[in-house]
Amino acid sequence: MTCRKGPKGEDVSLLGYGCMRWPTITNGEGKTVIDQEQVNALVDHALEHGITYFDTAPMYGQGESERVTGNALSRHPRSSYTIATKLSNQRTDWSKDAAIKMYRHSFEALQVDYIDYYLLHSVGGTSGNLDCMEVLKQRFFDNGMFDFLLKEREAGRIRYLGFSFHGDQQVFDHLLAMHDEFRERGNHLWDFVQIQMNYVDWRLAQTRSQREVNAEYLYGELARRGIPVVIMEPLLGGRLANLPQHDADQLLQRTPGASPASWAFRFCGSHPGVLTVLSGMTYMEHLEDNLATFCPLDPLTERDFAMLDAIAADYVNHPLVPCTDCKYCMPCPYGVDIPGVFSHYNKCVNEGFIDEDRQDPHYRKARRAYLVSLARNLNLLQQAGHCIGCAQCVQACPQHIAIPGTMRRIDAYTEQLMSDTSPL
Amino acid sequence: MLRKIRIVAACLFFAGITLLFLDFTGAVHLWLGWMAKIQLLPAVLALNLGVVVALALLTLLLGRVYCSVICPLGVMQDIVSWISSRRKGKKNRFSYMKEQKWLRYGLLGVFIVLLLAGLTSVASLIAPYSAYGRIATQLFAPVYGWCNNLLAAIAEHYGSYAFYPTEVYLKSLPLLIVAAVTFIVVVVLAWRGGRTWCNTVCPVGTVLGLLSRFSLLRPVIDTDKCINCGVCGKRCKASCIDTKNHTIDYSRCVVCFDCIENCNGGAIKYKARFHRGKENSGQAGHDGGRRAFIAGTALLAGAVTVEAKKTKLAEGVARIEDKQVPPRKVAPVPAGSGSIKNFHTHCTACQLCISKCPNGVLCPSAKFDTLMQPEMHFDKGFCRVECTLCSNVCPAGAIRPVDSPADKSAIQIGHAVVIPENCVAVRDGVHCGNCARHCPVGAITLVPSSENPTVRIPAVNPEQCIGCGACEFHCPARPVSAIYVEGHQVHKER
Repeated sequence: MTCRKGPKGEDVSLLGYGCMRWPTITNGEGKTVIDQEQVNALVDHALEHGITYFDTAPMYGQGESERVTGNALSRHPRSSYTIATKLSNQRTDWSKDAAIKMYRHSFEALQVDYIDYYLLHSVGGTSGNLDCMEVLKQRFFDNGMFDFLLKEREAGRIRYLGFSFHGDQQVFDHLLAMHDEFRERGNHLWDFVQIQMNYVDWRLAQTRSQREVNAEYLYGELARRGIPVVIMEPLLGGRLANLPQHDADQLLQRTPGASPASWAFRFCGSHPGVLTVLSGMTYMEHLEDNLATFCPLDPLTERDFAMLDAIAADYVNHPLVPCTDCKYCMPCPYGVDIPGVFSHYNKCVNEGFIDEDRQDPHYRKARRAYLVSLARNLNLLQQAGHCIGCAQCVQACPQHIAIPGTMRRIDAYTEQLMSDTSPL
Repeated sequence: MLRKIRIVAACLFFAGITLLFLDFTGAVHLWLGWMAKIQLLPAVLALNLGVVVALALLTLLLGRVYCSVICPLGVMQDIVSWISSRRKGKKNRFSYMKEQKWLRYGLLGVFIVLLLAGLTSVASLIAPYSAYGRIATQLFAPVYGWCNNLLAAIAEHYGSYAFYPTEVYLKSLPLLIVAAVTFIVVVVLAWRGGRTWCNTVCPVGTVLGLLSRFSLLRPVIDTDKCINCGVCGKRCKASCIDTKNHTIDYSRCVVCFDCIENCNGGAIKYKARFHRGKENSGQAGHDGGRRAFIAGTALLAGAVTVEAKKTKLAEGVARIEDKQVPPRKVAPVPAGSGSIKNFHTHCTACQLCISKCPNGVLCPSAKFDTLMQPEMHFDKGFCRVECTLCSNVCPAGAIRPVDSPADKSAIQIGHAVVIPENCVAVRDGVHCGNCARHCPVGAITLVPSSENPTVRIPAVNPEQCIGCGACEFHCPARPVSAIYVEGHQVHKER
């Protein structure tokens, strides 16, 4: 297991266990509950293979995660694991009493007398008509919880204090500015910070959603200050483990035995400022696959980063195919008009005629434009569906376009439009 | 007045049915599909009793209005005859002729025998609706397509998506010849003798004539008012008015009302069989709705002169040879047909389904016993699981409606057969799998070739295969596909 140095120089496993997605079973009353037996087995296996960081929260697993995780971990010496939990008061009332009650309950559920990593859970969000700064103020500062937690850290019941961030950059900047102020006075504030990071959100979080902040910025700001970074959502909610076929194919071509998920983990792990990468491993297979990735972690090369960048771009918005119409790939022995297919597709992308959502009011117009322009530019036998994937063209392409994979993506999209049998 | 109503109604029907055959966008049938379904012979073959009874009642009530309004071939003859009569001195070009009883009933007999013998496609050579369908799809549609392509080219020039090009190509030479011969015969007969075809050849006309003899309403000559000018007989395109005896042969009268409008003495009235009353004087007629025809005909004539715009071919594209027909024993027929036999005994070869097929799968057959009836070829496309268009437009019950894509995906019209030695994986040593990837039901698995285990070739699970032809269409092997669809005699449900 590859390890990083924690805030005080101790070893922390680069793979951390996210305890939000524990396996469940249906109990005698027909209720879905966490399967303690399986959790025990997973935790044992994880500890045995060097995972030391376990991340939970009072609200995970419908409020059961802390207790179940505590049950599993307390069967091992306290020094063999570190535990992270959070002040999840975003949905309860924001009084100090309620917050302290939640804090104390974590100790009880986890069966510990100190907590290694304690986080202000999910800062940056809004609530009702309160803006993000107001929510931050009311959740942690006006009620005195912030001061309380600093004292708890001094008392040693919290070893490291941090926050997990989701949402508005203003809050992130504000909390780091506070950190800088503390530093000027010779103190320190944040021992670590947890952010959402993966190869799509690295540069394209804002493209994906207006509300997100690019991980490159978040990570950069933290690394600059030397604050260890804990990574959440390295798989973008599992989506990067289940990539579109053409993207997955590219990764398999590069390293046949490696899962798409392993690439996402290696992306995060390759950044030196990362303390640990959290993965919510529900099944033993996930755990095994991740252990294979992290024991030891094989950092990505520049070329790998570039490839993941390209996949991210592809994943986010069906980008333009970087074809320059040089025709070095031609003639295709199977009759596909390769540059013709790409230029038609690019034209539709540029004109905003790629729309897969049949409910979208724009869909019908986009479908018509796409298919009309297809009929104008390519005859049936020259279209993407006739690419057999022989890949003879790939080497000829100076732009290194993964032509067969791109053809399949375009074919899949075209087929989707064609399978809609309503008149044009 | 009656004549004007007849002309307007006929114009609407004729334009509608013609558009139904010419349309390639798949939109028109949603509005006008019923116009094909109310045609008599298809309705009889489809055992569409409601339509048959309604048409019989209509004829018993009003006479053969079917022939002058609903039947597109009849209206086409009226148009030709009208143009012919516009020539100088040809206004009064008809005269009474005796009924050609032997020819009429003889042809009807032959027609029925052919139908009973299952040779529907041969019998359909003289069936009016499907004859018009062949004329429209083979002779008019290319012109329509070329005009459209010209508009599409203009639209493309201005960056508009208002029109898009359609492929105009010869689907079957025998079919084109049959359509052209039918067209020439019908036009010549109409040019010279008006409704000769309808009253001697057409089996539908003969059958309706049997009913119209007894129609409740019919034109009657009032001998008291008749001035014996003979104009009615000279203007009767059905040549059924015996002016000497003041009688009308109602079995041949197509109730066009030309005689009523042209009668100088106002002596001809459209009235009930049992009506006994004094007639009033008639009124002069006037050309109505003819301008629409002049415009329409001019448009068609002008359109012929337009050149087709050739499809652009990108430079550097390899020439891909056309596929040859694979060695299939049974050409599959569309889902909804039930069986090859049901299909061949019901289909009148009207070409409606072929003109509607959005995927270009349906092609007219060139075999004698199924001549001009559609069969499925997979070189231009494949039969999409989602598409049930042909089953919804067929008026003759040859392809019965398939309700949903789910139903269609359960119908096995055939199964794929692999020719391993043709597969590019074996021949060129490349990885392909196009067939398996495009199979909508997952019936194809790639397995190591027995001769060369390093390459993988398709293997078909016939229990899963529905015979859609996606594999055959996408197969890169040429000239003969390495995988092709073999039709089932009787369709199965999986």
